[in-house]
Formats: sequence, C-alpha cells, structure tokens
Amino acid sequence: MATRQGSRGGAGILAVVLGVTALSLAVTGESAEVMVYSARAHYGQEPAMEAFTKKTGIAVKSFGGESGPLFERLKAEGDKTPADVLITVDAGNLWNAARAGLLGRVDSPEIQANIPAHLRDPESRWVGLTVRARTIMYNTSKVKPEELSTYEALGDPRWKGRLCLRSSTHIYNQSLLATMIKRYGEAKTESIVKGWVANSPILIQGDTKVLEAVAAGQCDVALTNTYYLGRILAKDATFPVAPFWANQQTTGTHVNISGAGVTTHARNRAEAIKLIEFLTSPEAQQMFADANFEYPANPQAAVNPLMAKWGKFKQDDTNVAAAGEFQAAATKLADRAGYR
Amino acid sequence: MAIGPAARVLPRWPAGPSLWTGLAVGITAVLAVPIAAVVSSLAVPSGDVWLHLWRTQLLELVGQTLLLLAGVGAGTLVVGGGLAWLVVHHRFPGRGVLEWALILPLAVPAYVIGFAFIGLFEYSGPLQGELRRWLGPGARLPEIRSYAGVVVMMTLVFYPYVYLLARVAFREQGAASVETARMLGRSRGVAFLRITVPMARPALVAGVALAMMEALADFGTVASFGYRTLTEAIYRVWYGMFDRLAATQLASVLLLFAAGLLLLERHSRGRARFTQSARRGAVVEPVRLAGWRAGGATGACVGVFALAFLLPVGQLAWWAITAIRAGQVAPDFTALLWRTCALAGATAAVACLLAVLLAYAGRLHGTATVRVAAQLASMGYALPGAVIAVGVLLPLAWADHALVPSLERALGRPLGLLLTGSAAGLVLAYVVRFLAVGLQTVDVSLGKIPPSLDDAARVLGARAGSALRRVHLPLIRGGLLTAVVLVFVETMKEMPATLLLRPFGFNTLAVEIWERTAESMWQEAAVPALTLVAVGLLPVVLLIRLTSSRG
Repeated sequence: MATRQGSRGGAGILAVVLGVTALSLAVTGESAEVMVYSARAHYGQEPAMEAFTKKTGIAVKSFGGESGPLFERLKAEGDKTPADVLITVDAGNLWNAARAGLLGRVDSPEIQANIPAHLRDPESRWVGLTVRARTIMYNTSKVKPEELSTYEALGDPRWKGRLCLRSSTHIYNQSLLATMIKRYGEAKTESIVKGWVANSPILIQGDTKVLEAVAAGQCDVALTNTYYLGRILAKDATFPVAPFWANQQTTGTHVNISGAGVTTHARNRAEAIKLIEFLTSPEAQQMFADANFEYPANPQAAVNPLMAKWGKFKQDDTNVAAAGEFQAAATKLADRAGYR
Repeated sequence: MAIGPAARVLPRWPAGPSLWTGLAVGITAVLAVPIAAVVSSLAVPSGDVWLHLWRTQLLELVGQTLLLLAGVGAGTLVVGGGLAWLVVHHRFPGRGVLEWALILPLAVPAYVIGFAFIGLFEYSGPLQGELRRWLGPGARLPEIRSYAGVVVMMTLVFYPYVYLLARVAFREQGAASVETARMLGRSRGVAFLRITVPMARPALVAGVALAMMEALADFGTVASFGYRTLTEAIYRVWYGMFDRLAATQLASVLLLFAAGLLLLERHSRGRARFTQSARRGAVVEPVRLAGWRAGGATGACVGVFALAFLLPVGQLAWWAITAIRAGQVAPDFTALLWRTCALAGATAAVACLLAVLLAYAGRLHGTATVRVAAQLASMGYALPGAVIAVGVLLPLAWADHALVPSLERALGRPLGLLLTGSAAGLVLAYVVRFLAVGLQTVDVSLGKIPPSLDDAARVLGARAGSALRRVHLPLIRGGLLTAVVLVFVETMKEMPATLLLRPFGFNTLAVEIWERTAESMWQEAAVPALTLVAVGLLPVVLLIRLTSSRG
C-alpha cells in the first residue's frame, strides 16, 4: 500500500519523467531538420523534399543561390555554417566544394548501391541525384538520324553553317569539353573543337533558345541538354526537334549531374545522410526525374514516359568528377580554339 | 536665373571643418571596406589565369569594354538628353503623357528587357518568323546579338538616368538666358548648343556617368547577347575556372575604369559651375511644333517608350496570362512584397542620408580628402553585384568569427552567425552598390544653389548643420526625392547581392524571379517579374507627380 508520502514521491518522479520526456521531445523536435543550400533553384524539388518530411518527420529548409556565390558563403561561414547539405547542378561545382574541404565523406552502403560509381565522388563526398545528358539535337524535317554519329563528326564540313552551339562560357559546355579532355587528352579534344569552330557555328545563349533556333531553321543540328527539349515537348508535342544519342558505338553520350553532399560542419549530419539516402531511392528519384525531364541517377527508377520514347542510351562512364578536374583546362582550350 | 560660372564656395564655417571632413572620411571608411576587400586580392599571387587571359583576350576585353562604354555613353546622351530637350522646350501631340511615360522604363529590370528584346528580334522570334513567311526563307534582320544590339539595348535601359537629370536641369534653367541669346541675334539652334547644353552639362555628365557605370557592371545583358567585356570575363573566370581570386583581381581592373570615369566626370563638371538664383525666373516658353516636326517628336518619344517599356512589359503580361491560364497559381506575394519594400526603403533612406552628408561636406570643404572620399564611396556602382556581395560577405564573416566566440562565452549560449546573412549586412551591400546614384543626383542639385545663400545663412548666425537643414535641404527637395526613388527602385531590382547575403527564409521578389529564370523558366517567372515592375512603378509615378508640380 502506498503511503501518502510514497504517492507524493511517485507523482514527483512522474512529473520529472514527463518533464524530461517533454524536454527531450522538444529538443528532438527542434533538431529534426536539415538545412539545404541549393543552387538547383526551386524547380521540381518540393515533391521529393515533402515526401521525405512526410516519411521521416524531418523538416527540410532550403536556401537557394547561384553556385559560385553560394560556395563563397558556405566557405566564409566555416564551422558556424547552418548548412547541412549542399545541392548544386554540374559535377564541377561539387568537385570544387569537395576540393575546398566543404564537403565531408559519407560512407553509406545504401547510397553506393543506389547510384552507379561514375556518378559519384570516388572519395564519397558527393553523389549524383539526376543525370543530365548533353547530346546532339536535330531538326526532324531537315536531317535524317543516319547522317549523325558522334560529337566529333559535327566538325564534318557538311555541317558548315548548319550548327548551333551555346557559348563555350556556359558550364554545361565546359563540362562536356572537360570530360572529353579526360577521355581523349587535350590535343584530340582541341582538334574536335576546332572542327566545330571551322563550321562557323551560330552561338546562342541558353539551351532553350538553341532548340528554338533549330526548330525555326536557323541551323539544323545543335548540342543541348535533353530536359530542355522535354520541357518544350510537354507544352508543344509538334516541336520539330529530336535528340540523337551521340557516340553510342564508341564512348557513350556525355552526362553531367545535379548532385548533393553533406557539409563538413553539418550539425544535423545523421539527418542529412538520411535525406540523401532517401533522395537516391527509386521513389524519390522518379519524382526528381518527372519534375524536370531529367534522367534519374538511380537505374532502378523509371524514366518519364515522354523521354521513354527517346529510347535507352549508353552513358559515357567517365567519372563526372572530370568536369571539375579539367574545367579550367576546358575553358582555356575553348579560348585557344576560338570557341567563344 | 543662372548667370555664368559662380565663385567657388570657400570654407565659410571655420569652426566645423574637422567635423564635416571627419564625417565624410568616416562614412567612406565603412563603405570602402568591401571595395578594399576586392582590391586586397591583388596582394595574393594567383596562378596562370592572368597569363592565359593576357595571351588570349585581355586586350580584346579592354577594347570591347571601352567600345561599349563609348556606345552607351553616346547613346544615352543623345536619347536621354534629346528626349528631355524635346519635352521641356517643345509642345507636340501627346507631350503631356509622354513626358512622364518616358521615365517608366526605370522600373523594368535590365534582365527582363534584354530577354524580351532577344525573344522578339532573334531569328526564331515572331518578328523574323513573319518576315520569312511573307518574304521567303532568305529574309532576315541584322543579327541582334551584336555590338549594335548591345548598345541599343543598354541605351534603352539606361537612358532614363540622363533623361531624368537633364529634364530637371533644362527646366530649371528658365527662359532668361536663352532669351538673352535670342535678343542678341542668335538662332534657336545656336542658343541650344551654346547656352542650354553647356548650362545643363553637370546634369548631362552625371547622368551619362551613371549609365556608363551601369554598363561597366552589367553581366546579364552582355552574357545574353554574347558580348565579351571585363565583367563577363570576371564571371567566366569565377564560375568557369572556379578561380574566385583571379575574378576578384579582374574586378580591381574594373575599378580603374570606374575611377577613370569619375575623374572624367569631375573634370568636365569641375571647371564650370552654374547656379540658379533663389528667385525663379520666367519658365521656358516652349516652341509649338507643327506638321512633320510634331509627328517626328511624337514618333521619337513613342518609339523609345514602346521599345523600352511596352515591349518588355507586354511580353511579361502575355507570359503571365499564359501561366495563369495553364493553371499555375500565383503564389502569395504579400510577404515578398513587404520584404522587398522594407529593404529598398531602408537602403534608400540610408544611402540618401549619406549622400547628402557627403555632398554637403564637399560643398563646405572642397579639399582633396573630401573629394577623394566621395569618389571612393561611389566606386561600388561600377562593380558587378556578385563581386560587391563577396566583398561584403568576407569582412562580415571575419567579424563574426572574431567576435561571436567571446560573446558566446559571455552569454553562455550558442549564437551562430550574427552579421553574415543579416538584413543589416544586405543593406550595407546595397548602399555600397548604389550610393553613387544618390550622391550624383544630390550633388547636381546642391551645385545649383548659389554660394551667396551659404553666406547669407552664415551672416544670419546659422551653423553649417542648421543651414543644411533650413536652407539647402528645402531647396534640393526635388533632387533628393529623385535620389530616393532611384535608389529605391535600383535596390528592388537588385539580384546577385540579394541572393548571396539575404537572411534564411528571407526571399524577395528578385529572388523569386531568379528561382525560375535560373533554369530559363521565363513564363513561370512572369508573374513575380510583373509584380516587381508594378511595385517599382509606384515610386516612379510619385516622383513624376511631385517633380512636375514644381515646374
């Protein structure tokens, strides 16, 4: 039988236990969040992030900005940064952040199983979330696919005055050239680029604008990322441009990524890893790919039906880190070759 | 009304010089920190980027930049000055509306005009499409992505600076001097060239200098037109070679250009000073135009207005309608609007207060120290936004890392970062970037007040501060208001510094636009962009109403 005193003591203990539980709940409630610095802007991300929050109860906060300045902010904040995860487009940006010591190593068997080796950092500091293929685009009423084969072959004189390119200064082209340098060496890459330049390409800023120029007949072939075409086709199914998968008989089509890494000074490291593991899962991958017509980095995930029509293609399996390693070399090479 | 070069303003309030000089130097010291952070990069040796640039393109970049400056300077002078002269000195159909309509393009961000312009005039655009449909597949317009295209485009974006300042200057000249010239047997044309233009020179030069500094700092337009300048190279080196240091060093070269521009501006302004008497003379009697002259005048104004305002805003409206029809819900802009306006308002207030203090210090004591201080403080306007932003970020982060740990120990709890990513840091960046706009405008107004008024105030026993408050400020009200509105609208449109330095979860309209245009989703960006233009129009319209009633 409990004495009066005993019940009072019990109530006290209960109160303490409740208090501690409430407190720890409050604390976990506070820390159950991830802060993401994202250079991938907003598009298409909310569904995957919301699904993560729904599944785990971990809130995702996001802070968007341009990759160059965002890198500077992360670096300047140092060990006081509130950022747990960095998401950027282009492997070069992730490579650069890793080189500066801003991203920490994450050994997650789940991530390694989800994403093929050439789409993640050999030292496990970042990983690809979506695949962005940059390939040949052609006007379907003026060019037969049989006339096309490789990136190199766009230097063939038959394309003189018929080629549109985005300016070399854009990071997507720099990454394309950087990967080529890794694959073929500087000399051969330079001769390929000089071949393009000899065809007096029409330079247009913006992949969407390049595709519009191909459709309008200003040129007949071009190089762009495929999701720009996906976006246009989703609105206008009669748009007269189709992709041709370059270099299928040889090295494969050039791919880049948008990807993520966990920051070195992440306060919510466990949650951050959980987020990236989720984002590489087939479930989230499909949301990513669907939202922007990009290819999922995880081969298990289904591609958007609109893109399924373009068929399967062989990716260049050069590790995308080359985009960073040879970025500066690519910029200089373009300058030397007269590709502006 | 204004009669020839006035006597220099001599130091009149001997008790105050150290105070006002100290104030000017103090203001500049704070504003120069980010600029110093940029210049200090020169002390760090950087790799072979310079060698590469020198070998492949540095001379070309400098040449192209100078060409661009010359083109934009001439373009804005002719268009801005010409239109101001038309609307002040002439009467023609539609003048009443056009006079203020021509100011409206101020509210449209350059990136929006540039995008609409290219979209309309490029090969795959609707204009050339129609042309090919009617005249056959060979028909085409001159390439829009060219030197001429960039100059026309930037002239359309930046002419309002010259127009605004020149319009006020022409109007304040009054009729007396032109009539005197006419009485002495000079034709209207000669009177214009020999009297009207020289007397408006300070305003014209100030406006052109602003336009040229904008052109120097611009990245968005030159990038989308594929025109290579130093600023374009800064971004190429920074984003393309991951070499922020070399990029910052290139930005220091840009500062040399800016210093050159400011010196040129001072030089051409410094020798001649024209003041207005406190008593306003007769207002200019405008020439009534008729026939083809009237048509030409109306046509010129309508043409510029259509290209610089109707075209881009029409394009935005079209996209916005398409986006809303496609079921895209316009997000709730209330919070964004409020933040955008709060930031722009705070910046306008701070920048214009500092501008008045600096300009007045210069008036009281035209010493080398004060002049150099004012110019140093203006340099930020010629730097690309992202470079200024990093220049602000680095000192703030440094201060945070130096101060916060001891504060945390004292308070016993973690504080995180206090200055980095604070609204105050962002306002500092805006002020560094846009002080020149306020300073130029205020300085021109202040320069028109005859020194005899300072003397009178002094004789009557007023101290320097109270003379500023009771004599000068009321007289420069119009110029000050112009300055406030210009800084406000510029701040609203600013993108790169806002992106980098804003506090978490603190998005503005410009950030909202970026989040869509970064991946070239222009249609989706139309609704926030249109909102930005609409909000920018309010202060511009206010300015028009207030400055018109003064005429």
